[in-house]
Amino acid sequence: MIKYIVTRISTKHREQVLNKPVSESVQDRFTQSTSKFHFMNSATNNSLVKYCLRIADSSLVLGQRLGEWCGHGPILEEDIALTNISLDLIGQARAFYTYAAQLENKGKTEDDFAFFRDEREYYNLLLTEQPNGDFGQTILRQFLISTYSYYFYSALKTSNDSTLSSLAEKSLKEVTYHLRHSSEWLIRLGDGTAESHQRVENAIDELWRFTGDMFDMDEVDELLIKEGIAINLASLKEPWEKKVKEVFLKATLKFPENQFMIQGSRNGKHTEHLGHLLTEMQALPRTFPGAEW
Amino acid sequence: MHTPTEQERETEFQARIDRGEMIEPKDWMPERYRKQLIRMMSQHAHSEVVGMLPEGNWITRAPSLRRKAVLLAKVQDEGGHGLYIYCGTETLDVSREQMIDDLLSGKAKYSSIFNYPTQTWADIGAIGWLVDGAAIVNQTALAKCSYGPYSRAMVRICKEENFHHKQGYEILATLMKGTPEQRAMAQDSMNRWWWPSLMMFGPSDKDSPNSGELMRWKVKRHSNDDLRQRFIDRTVPQAENIGLKVPDADLKFNPETKHYNHGEIDWAEFYNVIKGNGICNRERLKARREAHQQGAWVREAAEAFAAKHKENMIAA
Repeated sequence: MIKYIVTRISTKHREQVLNKPVSESVQDRFTQSTSKFHFMNSATNNSLVKYCLRIADSSLVLGQRLGEWCGHGPILEEDIALTNISLDLIGQARAFYTYAAQLENKGKTEDDFAFFRDEREYYNLLLTEQPNGDFGQTILRQFLISTYSYYFYSALKTSNDSTLSSLAEKSLKEVTYHLRHSSEWLIRLGDGTAESHQRVENAIDELWRFTGDMFDMDEVDELLIKEGIAINLASLKEPWEKKVKEVFLKATLKFPENQFMIQGSRNGKHTEHLGHLLTEMQALPRTFPGAEW
Repeated sequence: MHTPTEQERETEFQARIDRGEMIEPKDWMPERYRKQLIRMMSQHAHSEVVGMLPEGNWITRAPSLRRKAVLLAKVQDEGGHGLYIYCGTETLDVSREQMIDDLLSGKAKYSSIFNYPTQTWADIGAIGWLVDGAAIVNQTALAKCSYGPYSRAMVRICKEENFHHKQGYEILATLMKGTPEQRAMAQDSMNRWWWPSLMMFGPSDKDSPNSGELMRWKVKRHSNDDLRQRFIDRTVPQAENIGLKVPDADLKFNPETKHYNHGEIDWAEFYNVIKGNGICNRERLKARREAHQQGAWVREAAEAFAAKHKENMIAA
């Protein structure tokens, strides 16, 4: 019962945050006497903006990739499932961009962040921008990220920042389904036919090197961890590995050890895939600047 | 006991239809009724699935995150409709595999409208407003058809299509309130999609080979021309309302009939696209074939896994 009430309150709070005009909502944040952000200094605020952009960018880029599957899935049910996950991720991105815009308080919208930043200003995890490959590669990518997101949002739920915590709670419900869906498929493909097994092994070979990037932290994380706002990503590594090992075992897949990791998303360093993805996604608003859609 | 002859069964079947009864999967039905329904329903399901391609073409390029989310949800609905109608068609003793094979071999058809390309963002609006608008007129009539599973599917599908129709109209209304370039984009889209949308109702009644039989069985309740007129009558004022011009010099409201008179439809174009000569016929089938072929190993793996773990599942 208590849990139910908490959910109701946080959902209501989120709706308030998302539906209010930006200025009103921001004002709220600084006038609520109970809010610790009464004292939020600009360094914390700037870090939190960047923190939100990182989460939103990863969701958007992965959602964009999954959207490419529309009409091309191996069976109709999976076509629908992949676009459904894409839809959840776009929704998460919109919520975190909106919050970033409120914190930044420069009159920006979710679309300004999504469509008018270049590759070097995007902070999505390297894994999210990797091409879909075959269905096996898409499922593996989804599994690795959904496992990460599951533990990430589980931890973020306890953030001191009430908006982050309520957004985490909502996202966690969706991500829990994404994790179940991708785990089940990974087990099916790993333990299916010789061909499907080999295809997933190839995907592991292709994608594993980007998994270290997920746990990378910098001064943004450090500052916000001190404030009790952000979570320590290093603490997610152990449960993440445990879950991945558990599912790999069921899928009869080898867990890679001691591989070199490619990192850099924290500083807007990316593989060359991202630029093309952004070019396609941003074309229309950039061709007609100032137009409303 | 007297075993009814084929003729007696058909007479009783027709009597049931005439009384307005619904035919259900386990009921006796003439083979020709079954065949016609399979043809219509599978064509409808294929149209939903092939229709995902022209709209999917803009998911990655939708101009705002809200539009992207709405389009994703919309295209997903279409996939759901496809799934739902495939299941409905399976009640007539035909498997989804068979239906898909027929689509990929070119034996089964899908709506020709999806052989036109989506070249601009406004085309996403036009598909929702005009193409789904035309589909709603057709499907509202089909919701009263004599075959139970099809009729019930249509009731549900129409509800979602009404939402699609509104979102398409809203896209165009927004463009018409926008910059001169956006207004031109919307009008250009109207010019390209208007006539093909009218063709969606099929040839004029005098040239429609299946119409008589389907009307008698109440699979079809209205003629192609009647439905087309209904669509024109409701759509023209909507176009005028947002400042779009209907690209038909002969279009004129007739105060006596209370209907719009319209110009001649270019049926040569219609038959040409049906024959496979539309801009995207080849690409649409190619995309479906590739998805099917490239997904073969996934389906095999799922089957192999299920077979391997069947015993465990039963034990559990």
